Amino acid sequence: MPEQRVQSAESVLEVRDLAKLYPLTRGVLVKRRIGAVRAVDTVSFDLRRGETLGIVGESGCGKSTVARLLVNLERPTAGAIRYRGEDISRLSGRALSHVRRNIQMVFQDPYTSLNPRMTVGDIVGEPFEIHPEAAPKGDRRRRVQELLDVVGLNPEHINRYPHQFSGGQRQRVGIARGLALRPEVIVADEPVSALDVSVQAQVVNLMERLQDEFGLSYVFIAHDLSVVRHICDRVAVMYLGRFAETGTDTEIYEHPTHPYTQALLSAVPVPDPGARARRTRILLSGDVPSPADPPSGCRFRTRCWKARDRCAVDVPALAVPEAFRTTDGPAAHASACHFAEERVAVTPGLA
Amino acid sequence: MTRLLDVQDLRVEFRTRDGVAEALGGVSYAVDAGRTLAVLGESGSGKSVSAQAVMGILDSPPASVTGGQVLFHGRDLLTMSPRERRSVRGAAMAMIFQDALSALNPVLTVGAQLAEMYEVHRGTSRKDARARAVELMDRVRIPAAKARVDDYPHQFSGGMRQRIMIAMAIALEPELIIADEPTTALDVTVQAQVMDLLDELRREYAMGLILITHDLGVVADVADSIAVMYAGRIMETAPVQELYRRPAHPYTRGLLDSIPRVDHQGKELYAIKGLPPSLLSVPTGCPFHPRCPRAQEICRTERPPLYEVPDVTDTAAPGRASACHFWKDELDA
Repeated sequence: MPEQRVQSAESVLEVRDLAKLYPLTRGVLVKRRIGAVRAVDTVSFDLRRGETLGIVGESGCGKSTVARLLVNLERPTAGAIRYRGEDISRLSGRALSHVRRNIQMVFQDPYTSLNPRMTVGDIVGEPFEIHPEAAPKGDRRRRVQELLDVVGLNPEHINRYPHQFSGGQRQRVGIARGLALRPEVIVADEPVSALDVSVQAQVVNLMERLQDEFGLSYVFIAHDLSVVRHICDRVAVMYLGRFAETGTDTEIYEHPTHPYTQALLSAVPVPDPGARARRTRILLSGDVPSPADPPSGCRFRTRCWKARDRCAVDVPALAVPEAFRTTDGPAAHASACHFAEERVAVTPGLA
Repeated sequence: MTRLLDVQDLRVEFRTRDGVAEALGGVSYAVDAGRTLAVLGESGSGKSVSAQAVMGILDSPPASVTGGQVLFHGRDLLTMSPRERRSVRGAAMAMIFQDALSALNPVLTVGAQLAEMYEVHRGTSRKDARARAVELMDRVRIPAAKARVDDYPHQFSGGMRQRIMIAMAIALEPELIIADEPTTALDVTVQAQVMDLLDELRREYAMGLILITHDLGVVADVADSIAVMYAGRIMETAPVQELYRRPAHPYTRGLLDSIPRVDHQGKELYAIKGLPPSLLSVPTGCPFHPRCPRAQEICRTERPPLYEVPDVTDTAAPGRASACHFWKDELDA
């Protein structure tokens, strides 16, 4: 990510020009390729040690595909994912399994991501079956109980089944499983979206505590902008397979320069009835176009109120916009818009 | 202001294999014509069950209404004959569901489904009904309505499908609309469009709106008053401004404190400890007491009634009530 600020922390993950295309075919016996869904299209970013990078976007923007690419559940069509300098996207066999120990995933739906026929102990201990070198056999039960304790579950419940737990508790089980191999990176795909607010707060706090305790780096994928703001150090806003804008949470939430980010933020309901009158909403017209046939040039131009001819031709690069290049303020962050400009804080500040 | 709907002490039970679940343990709320009432609660709080009971679309068995009244213009819907009730339900009150794809009939065109409203309830001719359907689609701002009237639900996006649901709901110009999580399945930019449309139509037709939701942000945007539910009971009712400024129930305060906010970062989130209770064994006394920081002995033994919260601020706030023995302390906290 072309960031201007000096960063001392080293990068754990370096993602360069990542792309994933899903072919569209027609025909039953003879499959002809008739196009492709460009789920992820030239996405680049760095994940630094100990930080939380949030990827936000609406459904179909490709954020979950990024997550699946990062943990190697899918192979990219192009681009590289470097973990400690090594491109892991082409690895296979033993080398891949070795890397996977260090990058683990927490899934969205705690109801379908846990095998209902396995006990919680087996679920959390399963990573040890795949990576026997991580814990000697005799030690596993104790390790699993430790993990349950760490995520705030009763270690005595090791023999229970997922259905005996509530949604929030199940998500804790999923997090314990993700932690089992002491990974460096956890990719969390909408980890709290399925949970009620009161329980969501518990899980968010747990994830923050674990990050401090184990020095984890998170890629936190979500559609809920409020949760992302709360937990993330840096944020990437994604639209139709590309990053529209990246920056620190203050830069994105208080000084957005990309029209999509501005519209997205203005649409978030704020739990403050007094703010109703004070806020200006940008209501976007229409829906997100199909990723099988994305607009030329800027992907957002079909819904953008600023779009001009140039937007249909030139693909805007994700870089600090010219207007802000000489400044040092919070508006000087990467934004993929030809006509980037700062609006005054989009959400009503409660200073 | 005319009182449109008055729900009083409504009780609903579900008979399950594991016992009787008390889904609603005496719920009361009211909505006036032209106003928006938000019924807020987490999953299992009974907010949707209350809506279904009002509409008379509870699955029974297993559910059964065991007590209370649902007064619509002062007439109790629960004691009406099924035929009478059906006529009220079709024309005077309508419902919008969360999942438009499963609420619409997948094998009928949207035009046919919209036209059906007029054919069945008004006896409109097929041709006229179709014209009305196009008008309705225009009304909810579906682009190129005339060209799309013969499309099937799956051919529309999520936001457009929800607009069609809204079109069906307003077709007969009802006096009351119950919207059960109408925007939960939608993306935030589309959610804003749909909520705006709903709010605009409510104003235009002077309808009452009951908005069932778990989202405190959406409530703050559109509601006039709010009823907070927990474990099948009302915890607090208040005008929306009052509730956000000075909650009179520890559960409400906990909820407000536990949401992350987009407009400031904040440190650690406040988390209500523990889990919502099972409806098969709702705690004695106040159902919230095992999770409540204020809980005393009385909370375990005595169920708090809905105390009337008098006008404490200069802004007149009629209809404030809290089901907490210590509402005064909470209000002053």
